Amino acid sequence: MKTENPARPPCNIVVAGLGGQGVLAATDIIAEVALRAGFDVKKSEIKGMSQRGGSVSCDIRFGAHILSPMVPAGEADFLLALEAAQLEPNRHLLRPGGVTIEPSAIDAGRLPQKKMLNVALLGALSARLPLAEPDWLEAVGAAFAPKFFEENRRAFLLGRASQENHD
Amino acid sequence: MDDENRLLLSGDEAIALAARHAGVALGAGYPGTPSTEILEHFARLGGRAQWSPNEKVALEVAIGAAFGGARAMATMKHVGLNVASDPLFTVAYTGVAGALVIVSADDPGMHSSQNEQDNRRYAVAAGVPMLEPSDSQEAYDFMRAAIEISERWKTPVLLRATTRVCHSYSVVRPGPRRDTPNAASFVRDLPGRVMVPGHARPAHRRLRQKLSEMAEWNEDCALNRLVPGGPSLGIIASGISFMHAREAAPQASVLKLGFTHPLPMRKIAAFAAGVQSCVVIEEGDPYLADAIRAAGIAVGAKPEMYRFGELDVARVRRILRGDISPESAPPPGKPPQLCEACSYRVVFESLRRQNCIVAGDIGCYTLGALKPFEAMDSCVCMGASLGVGLGLRHVLPPDQACRVVSVIGDSTFVHSGISGLVEMAYNPPPNGHVVIILDNATTAMTGHQEHPGTGRNLSHEPAAKLVLEDMARACGIRRVQVIEPRSGSDAFDHALAEALKSRQLAVIIARRPCILIARQLKEYEQRDSEQPRPCHENGEPCPAAV
Repeated sequence: MKTENPARPPCNIVVAGLGGQGVLAATDIIAEVALRAGFDVKKSEIKGMSQRGGSVSCDIRFGAHILSPMVPAGEADFLLALEAAQLEPNRHLLRPGGVTIEPSAIDAGRLPQKKMLNVALLGALSARLPLAEPDWLEAVGAAFAPKFFEENRRAFLLGRASQENHD
Repeated sequence: MDDENRLLLSGDEAIALAARHAGVALGAGYPGTPSTEILEHFARLGGRAQWSPNEKVALEVAIGAAFGGARAMATMKHVGLNVASDPLFTVAYTGVAGALVIVSADDPGMHSSQNEQDNRRYAVAAGVPMLEPSDSQEAYDFMRAAIEISERWKTPVLLRATTRVCHSYSVVRPGPRRDTPNAASFVRDLPGRVMVPGHARPAHRRLRQKLSEMAEWNEDCALNRLVPGGPSLGIIASGISFMHAREAAPQASVLKLGFTHPLPMRKIAAFAAGVQSCVVIEEGDPYLADAIRAAGIAVGAKPEMYRFGELDVARVRRILRGDISPESAPPPGKPPQLCEACSYRVVFESLRRQNCIVAGDIGCYTLGALKPFEAMDSCVCMGASLGVGLGLRHVLPPDQACRVVSVIGDSTFVHSGISGLVEMAYNPPPNGHVVIILDNATTAMTGHQEHPGTGRNLSHEPAAKLVLEDMARACGIRRVQVIEPRSGSDAFDHALAEALKSRQLAVIIARRPCILIARQLKEYEQRDSEQPRPCHENGEPCPAAV
């Protein structure tokens, strides 16, 4: 990844959901994987009300050199929504041709645990990013208790496989 | 690339790490978004960190530590500095023997605050130097620099950050150096520390002298830097606005100011003279623009509409284009609400049913003002529910006055409600008053921090416990009740009706732990029951408990 063209614009990701759905955990993982790949990384979160069930969103940007920590409206490459209803309020952040990743991408019946939706959606996102699968799995492993790793790994790979035929 | 030493830290974490590396002996504060994580992280790193009852006490404790020759910091959100402003203005006169850094975490756009005041004004008003970081690396570097400046000029330093610095994560390479500060030791200095008029008059002159020396030093200070660009557009920026401006105008020359009070006016004048047009990009008040223009330097400034809310890349592009057309509001998200199982719901249902006029306060329970309750009629600042409720009681006609109730949370009561209760006993309204203390055994809104009423310290270890009902009685309130609000029970509703009817001074403590920490509380209780309790008086285990 360190041979990346420095003039290339940053990769912009917005993760949206409701308090308690694991938005911040998901974005911690993305940021960790991008950091491991040697990129400059910035992540901006608004969490003051996050435990009261309100909307939570988090911006992550990585690339050769990142300036503002916030994804400018209309410049997000990816909008990852942990809840379908959070898609529309955040759609204006997407660039033309930007990709949405939403819960319907995942076969919920095959999730090891319902609350692992965020990890499965990360798997779906991962299929479209220039970041290595082992780094993803390591970061997922480090983010949760070890006893959940095997189930989280399955959730992640379920999501990753869901995007195999994209583009 | 040195990958070994790259840390992804929030601005708050970076400030804490720098404080640790600089040998800060004591950090004190009161929780407040977006500042809370600084002390929590400082404690995790092994630093001595403590929650004070409020920001004024926190700053005074830090001042004492710095008078004793130690390095100290006080952390708070922007409105917390209002509470701590009394000691701030006079410690600027006394100066310190060690180092004192006051971290003010401002909240432009009010993500979690009652106003968006710009605390850069405090640096000017109190006469203290100010540094403004723009990312986590600078949060780290500037905290280290603030300590150095504080010791060099024996002055308190204001480190002013904002939500997007405090709560954004970016890469930090910590400095290799770890400081070993001088040991704390008291040196008597009556004229320097005892601010009676005869001492304070020369102290004020010394302060102004220091400020003019610092302004001169700032002209060549590395905390301000030039980002070279084209000759047509020059941008002067500080804090997070610098990042937005660089991205919005990559071709511009930028003077990035890190040390923003007192300002390096010659450097600014030279920069402005070297570009065809020069504009100040700053969030909040036009602090830089006003000061620079007052110094006779012609610079452009943002239109008034951009004083409101945060800046971002898109808004900076609009400012640079001179675009003052109305901005489209972002689609509304889902508003927060009281948790489904929150016991405060019972209280607000009761207040609504009894048609109360509610003087409210700051915390989770401010959500009682929203639908479906709409059972709060005012919210001004920490502790205001007491005084505002009393003022209403004093002037309203009896049919309205008898419906006025003050509602305040446990942590907020300890912060600044106690003096309101003293006022209530001392100047009672003719038809009495009712105060409801919502006691969920934590500072919930900011992320469940401890306070003196929980009986645990910042690190959740056992500490002396302030018993709220004892406090209320000691203030002179005779009618004090403790009730557990439970859904399906009318006990609270009944107690409120009786208290209102009594026309006495009444305190009702609605006590039930926050459901979000119920499991943690059980763990603490289990742990504490297995350990000898420290004795309140001397910190030693009580003989009775051993």
